[in-house]
Amino acid sequence: MNEWLVVGGIAVAALSGVPGLFIARQKATGERIALALLAIATLAGASGAAHALVASPHGSGLAFRWPVPGGAFRIYVDTLSAMFLLQIFVVSFLGAVYGLAYWKQSEHLDNGRKLRLFYGVLTAAMALLVSARNALLFLAGWEIMALAAFLLITTVDQEKEVREVGYIYLVATRIGTLCLFAMFAALFALRGDWNLEGPLDAHHSLAVAVFLLGFVGFGLKAGVMPLHVWLPGAHANAPSHISAVMSGVLIKTGIYGLVRITSLFPSPPMWWGGMVLGFGVASGVLGVAFAIGQHDIKRLLAYHSVENIGIICIGLGLALLGRALWRPELVVLGLGGALLHVWNHGLFKSLLFLAAGSVIHATGTREIDLLGGLLKPMPRTGLAFLVGATAISGLPPLNGFISELLIYVGLFRATTHGPGMLWMAAALSAAGLALIGALAVACFVKVFGAVFLGVARSESTARAHEADSRMVVPMGVLALLCAFIGLAPLAVAPVLDRAAATWAPEMSTLLSRSVVLAPLGWVTVVSLALTAAAFLGGNWLALRVRAAPAGVGTWDCGFAAPSARMQYTSSSFAQMLVGMFGWALRPTVHGQPPHGLFPSPGQFQSHVPDTVLDRLLVPGGRATERAFHRLRWLQRGSVHAYLVYILATLVWLLVWHGGR
Amino acid sequence: MPGKLSDVLAHAVLVITLPPLMLGVINKTKAAFAGRVGPPLLQPYYDIIKLLQKGSVFSRTTTWVFRAGPVVGVATALLAAVLVPIGGRPGFVAFDGDFLVVAYLFGLGRFFTMAAALDTGSAFEGMGAAREATFACLAEPAFVLGLLALARASGSLSLSTMLGSGMPFVWTRAGASFVLVAVALFIVLLAENSRIPVDDPNTHLELTMIHEVMVLDHGGPALGLILYGASVKLFVFAAVLARLALPVGIGPTWAAWGIAGLSVLAIALLIGVVESTMARLRLTHIPSLLVAACLLSVFGLVLLVR
Repeated sequence: MNEWLVVGGIAVAALSGVPGLFIARQKATGERIALALLAIATLAGASGAAHALVASPHGSGLAFRWPVPGGAFRIYVDTLSAMFLLQIFVVSFLGAVYGLAYWKQSEHLDNGRKLRLFYGVLTAAMALLVSARNALLFLAGWEIMALAAFLLITTVDQEKEVREVGYIYLVATRIGTLCLFAMFAALFALRGDWNLEGPLDAHHSLAVAVFLLGFVGFGLKAGVMPLHVWLPGAHANAPSHISAVMSGVLIKTGIYGLVRITSLFPSPPMWWGGMVLGFGVASGVLGVAFAIGQHDIKRLLAYHSVENIGIICIGLGLALLGRALWRPELVVLGLGGALLHVWNHGLFKSLLFLAAGSVIHATGTREIDLLGGLLKPMPRTGLAFLVGATAISGLPPLNGFISELLIYVGLFRATTHGPGMLWMAAALSAAGLALIGALAVACFVKVFGAVFLGVARSESTARAHEADSRMVVPMGVLALLCAFIGLAPLAVAPVLDRAAATWAPEMSTLLSRSVVLAPLGWVTVVSLALTAAAFLGGNWLALRVRAAPAGVGTWDCGFAAPSARMQYTSSSFAQMLVGMFGWALRPTVHGQPPHGLFPSPGQFQSHVPDTVLDRLLVPGGRATERAFHRLRWLQRGSVHAYLVYILATLVWLLVWHGGR
Repeated sequence: MPGKLSDVLAHAVLVITLPPLMLGVINKTKAAFAGRVGPPLLQPYYDIIKLLQKGSVFSRTTTWVFRAGPVVGVATALLAAVLVPIGGRPGFVAFDGDFLVVAYLFGLGRFFTMAAALDTGSAFEGMGAAREATFACLAEPAFVLGLLALARASGSLSLSTMLGSGMPFVWTRAGASFVLVAVALFIVLLAENSRIPVDDPNTHLELTMIHEVMVLDHGGPALGLILYGASVKLFVFAAVLARLALPVGIGPTWAAWGIAGLSVLAIALLIGVVESTMARLRLTHIPSLLVAACLLSVFGLVLLVR
């Protein structure tokens, strides 16, 4: 039943953009039909997934014979799949509602229909791959998703920058798929068929190949540092609701792949967990450090995806260590935290991208240092952004805190009762997580302050208006979901326990419930007390200062004429932190500081390019290209030379063969 | 688990009354070093009460976020204060990982204080917020690492057990490590509460670097809340540090509460001595101090390898 609902949802979503192709491009009918179809798809798919989460712990599936060589069309919806399915359908639908006002057909005659067609295809492909249990079906979903995402990123392909980031994305996703081909081939050699089912022997030499190839292939999609190179540009240049879906949902398919592949091996070696944990900490810290250095609001949010993927990897690494050492509580806390963070990040990151989209729509710029003071003209968008910012910083009483708490408690437990290296690694990871949290607070105070507080830094910002209600409502829904998980984590805890049991079936009888292991009930108490205290205090202060005179300027130590240009900008806010992480960020700084008794005008500009892409891969690629220029003489364009090559090859092959 | 009613009452009384007194003790100590009489011990109370009764002025640049800053600051500090144990008596509630909740409550308070500072649109306050954000990034890992060392030594994840009645016994096993952690936590305390050598709370206006500069534009009741919230935050850190540094056994209930209160005031005295005998560090040197705190905590952890 569940699986049929999901399959139906996938089919309807895939076709949602098709009717619009046959309707005149000036009319809004096409976009309405697409949204209605997507709503039906979401209703079917999400209810199937939700039912699977609540009612059927072991999942259910279906299989058809398939004319493709390599097995059957196998769909299976278990708890892991259902968690991702629910998120894919809900976030995609909210993004589509937002798109109705953000990317109106009447304003985007040339690409609106293309966007909606591939939006539906993308949603369907993601849902297909997370419910596929056959490697070929999985790869089909994976490839359709990758190509649909490429076509969505390059929606505005008239712009050179968009084409460039699209190209980088395409190269990255091709390399990832190549790794996955190799990985599935190794898996086939291990299993003898194309089904994605365990248990498998983790100490077989091919298992190592499966894990490493999977880590690179899926890590490229998820954006684990240093495999994140495609992510910032692609997220920044796609339309905002596409960025929301990509960052909130699409990159999580990489995490799904990692979770699914690691679930097949009951006793993984220690180093698997250690490696995922290590890359997680590195991604988390460096991701947020790069985010702090950005001036483009969407690039900044994209780097935060790298950070959050890092946090998810910390949880997954901990779960792998727990599975290797037979420590069920670490599995529950690590995997539960990781999967809840997948959900949470899907909620607050989509929320932030949508709010950023509203800002861009209202002001026409992505440059943080041209914005400012938007909370007054855009109160709802500002509040939504604040909720997202608080949540992504992992602060109570919102959802980001809950998933980070689960991972923290897991790391603490590994610290207090753990052998040898495990507890030291766990302690340092916990410190890393604390650093990530504090850096995220710094970064989001910077963004929220520079964009929504103070006064407008440019004319277009000063004329900003509140977003259309079709853009505000999806943000409101996402913000409410963030608050719900934050205030009532007990409601989602059973799902996480079940997911842990699905991931590590050999431990399923030993796994205690996350409620027992982590103080979720107390967190609710504290969060409610906090909300109540803040509400009462706020009301008291509001009453107390009712009579405050209006219309006075900022005191600012008595300076009489402050101007918008004198505000602390996001670059100046970040300057010290960028300096602290200068060894990794390599900021490029231009400008002359003012000096002398009567200083001449000075200026300061800093820019943080992506170290891996702009300082490693691009120069590396150029150098390789130059090196190959030396071989250009081989390619002469004369048939005689080629005949000689063929002859030489033949002779060499004969000699080689004869020698054996 | 919730404690006895008398304990809860005593805890609440200490949390509400002691924090401003700590500021009084610090100021009195500094005055004694400078050969002055100094303001009365209870002066911070008078200040707070006076401020709460005053009127307010708000810049036209500001929004509701500016008013939310002080409120969230006080609410988070008070909640944190009821979660920490005082003098070995458990907090209102105790659960695994409660120290993390305390740390993140302060994180939330910091978020809103900094946002309120940026809401004024003043370069000064932005500067203060940027510094607060930067130094917190180093203080937070030091705090978590220090508490992890305590957790490892005591085998518990709850502050109330870590710093509970078993403390004297754990000291005999992990004393060396606890000394390092105590120093680290003291540095964190000075940084988080903007005391010398990290920041100087007495130099208002231009010379101030971090906390005071963020709250320049707040006045009246809002400033009163900020003052009180900051003192409660200081109290929380001091309560943890006092128990760690003075792990005396517990006598009768009243004696235990008395010792708890006095040891917290002893920490205030220590802060006063530090403030009187040290100069403020240059801004660029503060990260080194905080990294040192992190390293002390890590060494504290390493000493627990068995």
